[in-house]
Amino acid sequence: MPSAEPVTLLDPAGRPVGGTPYAAPDDASLVRALGALITARRLNDQAYALVRQGRLAVYPSSHGQEACQVAAAQVLAAGDWLFPTYRDTVAAVCRGVDPVEALTLLKGDWHCGYDPTEHHVAPHATPLATQLPHAVGVAYAARLRGEPTVVMALCGDGGTSEGDFHEALNFAAVFRAPVVFLVQNNGYAISVPLSRQTAAPSLAHKGVGYGMPGERVDGNDMAALLAVLGAAVERARAGEGPQLVEALTYRMQAHTNADDATRYRDEAEVAAWVERDPITRLRAHLRERGLVTDDQLADFAAAAERVAAALRDGLNRDIEPDPAELFAHVYATPTTQLAEQAALVADELGREGALR
Amino acid sequence: MTDHVKLTMAQALNRALRDALAEDPSVVVFGEDVGPLGGVFRITDGLTADFGEARCFDTPLAESGIVGMAVGMAMNGLRPVVEMQFDAFAYPAFEQIVSHVAKMRNRTRGRVTLPMVIRVPTAGGIGGVEHHCDSSEAYYAHTPGLQVVAPATPADAYTLLRAAIAAPDPVVFLEPKKLYWSSEEVEFPTGAPGIGRAVIRRQGTDATLIAYGPSVPVALDAAEIAGQEGRSLQVVDLRSIVPFDDETVCAAVRSTGRAVVVTESAGFAGVSAEIAARVTERCFHALAAPVRRVTGFDIPYPPPKFEHFQLPGVDRVLDAVDDLQWEQ
Repeated sequence: MPSAEPVTLLDPAGRPVGGTPYAAPDDASLVRALGALITARRLNDQAYALVRQGRLAVYPSSHGQEACQVAAAQVLAAGDWLFPTYRDTVAAVCRGVDPVEALTLLKGDWHCGYDPTEHHVAPHATPLATQLPHAVGVAYAARLRGEPTVVMALCGDGGTSEGDFHEALNFAAVFRAPVVFLVQNNGYAISVPLSRQTAAPSLAHKGVGYGMPGERVDGNDMAALLAVLGAAVERARAGEGPQLVEALTYRMQAHTNADDATRYRDEAEVAAWVERDPITRLRAHLRERGLVTDDQLADFAAAAERVAAALRDGLNRDIEPDPAELFAHVYATPTTQLAEQAALVADELGREGALR
Repeated sequence: MTDHVKLTMAQALNRALRDALAEDPSVVVFGEDVGPLGGVFRITDGLTADFGEARCFDTPLAESGIVGMAVGMAMNGLRPVVEMQFDAFAYPAFEQIVSHVAKMRNRTRGRVTLPMVIRVPTAGGIGGVEHHCDSSEAYYAHTPGLQVVAPATPADAYTLLRAAIAAPDPVVFLEPKKLYWSSEEVEFPTGAPGIGRAVIRRQGTDATLIAYGPSVPVALDAAEIAGQEGRSLQVVDLRSIVPFDDETVCAAVRSTGRAVVVTESAGFAGVSAEIAARVTERCFHALAAPVRRVTGFDIPYPPPKFEHFQLPGVDRVLDAVDDLQWEQ
């Protein structure tokens, strides 16, 4: 059974908390995670600004949830796979995906932007939970070949209500597929609170029904996330099967720029989470222990600025639509009918060109 | 080396799976009851025993999970062949099929491809109860990114299933249930063309019947009777709904100047409508009469004692042929 209280290693002030069976991550991992967190926050806020400037069609911000995503990527090995949702740009970037490529779809282009096979990051898609059975398939294929691959599959609290969440967890457990299911429970599915998604004691409790361990973790505590997710990954890699992890966190900004969060939650509720911010918590902890200097923090900030600048540059370049591409990847070889349709568009464009 | 063997369509499909499993270690077969039972239609009979649990296995009873897991396995180097136990039981997998199976190649600009086959026992004529006799091809054919195939003979069942498993793109493989027990002498290698080509099943000069899957034997029976009555009907078997073989179909229709499309699926907004439209657009000046359609009615598939009203039969096809403005 999941613990009644989420696993916490650092309190909101960054002080160590005892009483959990999880060992603290090594110092180097925590320092590395802080750098990634600072870049992640900058990425979120830059992307949010770029929406207002019309450079992104839409951006589902993960401001406040960055620790979950940084940890999810950081505990994986090179050959492992990550299955993100549309709110997990940060996780994909932490895995190595170029931020401009990661935001291609949200910019309004027709494809996912990156090569999923390069960093083993599945294309993010907007249907909810449909990526979870894919994660099970990747993991089970690896297991059939005797490969040590582990798959980190992400979804949100709303996604746990979808049928594919159920089917994926059930399949993973039945086939002992090496998958870690990380639910970022940020309290809301756009506007609908968790109480309307489930009557279960917690989302982690759902693991019981599938015959897999469920664990709850403070989703704003980087140390706890690295410990819990790291243990789940190693357990899966050792052949002990899948695990469900529920990270309790909070989306500090609206669902997207098109959403008005004041219609469904109080300012006071948001303010309470400011004090639990994952960056201030980890930074305070590392400074207190002398593991990070002001110079290092300045370096982290500078690295974050470079990512933001690259994002601005990349997204400020306009998409140059080539309609021929729309027909090129529907099948390995375009059908006769698609070839005719591509020729029709090319002919239209040719005639437009002649008129200019 | 060639060999001749009399096979039912079910046996031909089993042999195709067997040969694919033997030749390609990346092929895996899974679904509901496909393991020790061999599938409710015995298409996977003996595969788990002969190739092991890792190559042919039962899954939990959840079609979206089956197709979704196949997507992931195809992403990671395997060639899954999954069975949807009955046509109407595939609907829980519809989102996976439409939003992911069909779109992964496009979404990733060809970086991630899904060589997978979704086998769907299809259509009626077997006295099945509700939800066991649907003709769902229009849903799949309407979805860009899917190939949709329907064999009508044991030889084609073998050839097309092998081609579907070897194909670089996902294939929805529609198996006409009522033809599972039809048999013929099959010669290996079959020499039949792969996916995307129609064939002329019967030569004829007066009119062209266009059919696929369960309707091909109906068209052939109609042509046989018409021949006895002095009218020479040509029969085109599409074999592949997507990609559609405009070239063969239109050449056939132009050669006779008259066409009847025969499908078991409902006519409204169906594959038959697409065929009639394509033929009319491309062959208008060669046509002596409007293209006629003989299809299932636009009603939920009726129960066993009523299904003979629903299924296009020889008489209904011949009546349509009679209407093709022969008088002038």
